[in-house]
Amino acid sequence: MTAPLLEIDTVSKRFPLKATLADKVAARLAGRSAGGAVHAVTDVSLTVERGEVVGVVGESGCGKSTLGRIVSGIYAPTEGTVLLDGKPVATGREDHVNKLTTRVQMIHQDPFASLNPRMKVGETISEGPRTHGIVSAAEVGDKTRALLEQVGLRGDYADRLPHQFSGGQRQRIAIARALAMQPDLLVLDEAVASLDVSIQAQVLNLFLDLRRDLGLTALFISHDLSVVRHVCDRVAIMYLGRVVELASAERLYAEPKHPYTQALFASVPTLGTGRQDFRPIKGEIPSPIDPPPGCAFHPRCPFAGPRCRVEIPRLTDAGAGRTVACHLNDGGVGQEAAA
Amino acid sequence: MSAALDIQGLTTRFDTRGGTVTAVDDVSFSVDRGRIMGLVGESGSGKSVTGFSILGLIDEPGRVTDGRVIVEETDLRSLSPDHLRSMRGRKVSMVFQDPMMTLNPVLRIGDQMAMAVRVHEPMSKAKALERARDALGTVGIPSPEERLAAYPHQLSGGMRQRVAIATALLHRPAVIIADEPTTALDVSIQGQILAEVRRLADETHTAIVWITHDLAVVSSLADDICVMYAGKIVERGTAEEVIGQPRHPYTRGLLDSVPGQHAPGTHLPQIPGSTPQLSHLPSGCPFRNRCPRATQLCASAPPLARFGDHTALCHHPLETT
Ligand SMILES: Nc1ncnc2c1ncn2[C@@H]1O[C@H](COP(=O)(O)OP(=O)(O)OP(=O)(O)O)[C@@H](O)[C@H]1O
Ligand SMILES: Nc1ncnc2c1ncn2[C@@H]1O[C@H](COP(=O)(O)OP(=O)(O)O)[C@@H](O)[C@H]1O
Ligand code: SF4
Ligand code: SF4
Ligand SMILES: [Mg+2]
Ligand SMILES: [Mg+2]
Repeated sequence: MTAPLLEIDTVSKRFPLKATLADKVAARLAGRSAGGAVHAVTDVSLTVERGEVVGVVGESGCGKSTLGRIVSGIYAPTEGTVLLDGKPVATGREDHVNKLTTRVQMIHQDPFASLNPRMKVGETISEGPRTHGIVSAAEVGDKTRALLEQVGLRGDYADRLPHQFSGGQRQRIAIARALAMQPDLLVLDEAVASLDVSIQAQVLNLFLDLRRDLGLTALFISHDLSVVRHVCDRVAIMYLGRVVELASAERLYAEPKHPYTQALFASVPTLGTGRQDFRPIKGEIPSPIDPPPGCAFHPRCPFAGPRCRVEIPRLTDAGAGRTVACHLNDGGVGQEAAA
Repeated sequence: MSAALDIQGLTTRFDTRGGTVTAVDDVSFSVDRGRIMGLVGESGSGKSVTGFSILGLIDEPGRVTDGRVIVEETDLRSLSPDHLRSMRGRKVSMVFQDPMMTLNPVLRIGDQMAMAVRVHEPMSKAKALERARDALGTVGIPSPEERLAAYPHQLSGGMRQRVAIATALLHRPAVIIADEPTTALDVSIQGQILAEVRRLADETHTAIVWITHDLAVVSSLADDICVMYAGKIVERGTAEEVIGQPRHPYTRGLLDSVPGQHAPGTHLPQIPGSTPQLSHLPSGCPFRNRCPRATQLCASAPPLARFGDHTALCHHPLETT
């Protein structure tokens, strides 16, 4: 068996907080050190095989985009390594962000912000491949038109400016621009989140077609569980910077195992007749600046026990290729001391 | 029993450079006390303008040109500006997607809520603060007493939205119009708020218009649903009817395009074309350039097809599903 295309190995990313004078005084008075850091991503390991689409799901601030940016070589991880095809994309040393990034292309949520408003669509698409010598000057025009057609637009749209296109069309252009680089890996960060459902369906269908025709490999970041179910082979669920469950989409949706995954699934409104009985997760998402000790989900978890408050659960095997980071899957949560 | 909110023929136009557009076109619906009406449609369909029109909040270059907005037997459109202002916040209030449209960033939660109470009902500040605290409790805010002293920026997005909803509740209005109030929130927080809103409608008998683009949210929350397209209500019925047996081809297409109900990896049924621009609508049925059932007849204005109280604005409504 060949090595996976993408190997993310115990990657962490912390963003140091700039302490204000007031913070420093307050910290001194409270007897703790000032500053601190946002623990955006902690100890994430994940592989993506060639031709595979892996979903990354979680609520706002759980570290999805940060992980995507590390994989794209935009951020260097604080710890850990990311290998693409066995070669480092980035390592824990800040000065060692290897510019392999043309091989990884990222597609963002906002189709309005991600295109240069003053640049013709054709130039936007061909700029990258030209500067990196991926296409020759002679071929550029034909190639650009072919790409536009591949994403379901007309070849002659190359001469238009972004404002002449709707949100769905702009997202197609963003996809064409990414494909023009002939990337090995696509990172889609909430790529359909801002689109209307009828337009979202069109763009998802395009993605499925491209996947079939080009054998795309992708990291598909989304907070939308039904979109992820539709396009992903495997899914990682993140909570406060960590992967808490990783399984094939089929198994995960048939039977979520981690208490957070279960709670997330129960919170999501589903399309169907009849009032839904909402069983929301209690409490709020804690701050990633000062994540709870032990299992970060313990303040909200209905199964939490004493062990959860002190010991960070490791990702352990839960059968059939699934891993879960929960003490319930690893010897139990411990007994409450008798009152 | 008469409806808490009864809208008849509401029409709102905007003067734009490209001419006058009708953003809300002959909209009629009513909401009984304790019921939740889901107003659903894609972006630009006219949901927000409908909400603003109900409250008389349309400014230049727009104007409400027609229709009645009856809240507990009073036609808001017949009121003087002062009288209308006294109804707003007291009889009918609005919650926005961005809670900071309601909240003042430089005032403590308690102070601004007490002010909102005393605008309409003279009472001591202590009494007003009590009312504010109770309202915060009603929307499920933990330790409401302490939150009174907080500034908006000290609260999470979900908490701020609850404070905005609590503020809308201060005078126990007959009607609340909520415009995409959970769209910017995480699902776990949205779930909490939807549960509270359902309880509110059941317990306080407030009539709620819940505006959203999210079909899953309306299907699980609302009693009744209006589907909007290009300024018109194209389908109206109970949630069961509209979701379970849609009659309008647009509703059918919209429901089908939601992923999650189809075999993974397969093509989703999609509505062709893009969401309409009001300045470039086809004559007759505005959906006809995207509709799989369109015929020549559709170049003329579609009639309101009735299936009991369930209606669809269409020449060729779906008879069975
Ligand atoms: N450049 C940065 N500097 C400081 N903190 C950051 C930076 N980028 C992200 N963070 C913080 O890291 C955490 C994770 O952010 P990230 O953007 O990865 O979340 P996300 O899962 O993509 O959320 P969303 O669903 O809202 O897009 C957050 O607490 C965020 O505020
Ligand atoms: N101030 C305005 N001037 C001109 N057109 C407007 C104005 N406000 C809204 N519209 C138009 O009214 C239509 C409905 O808008 P809106 O109610 O905000 O849609 P929704 O809330 O359903 O996304 C859109 O076509 C929009 O462009
Ligand atoms: S480790 Fe404990 S607190 Fe964390 S999810 Fe499992 S049971 Fe809940
Ligand atoms: S009136 Fe005609 S075009 Fe319009 S929705 Fe009905 S069938 Fe389609
Ligand atoms: Mg993000
Ligand atoms: Mg709106």
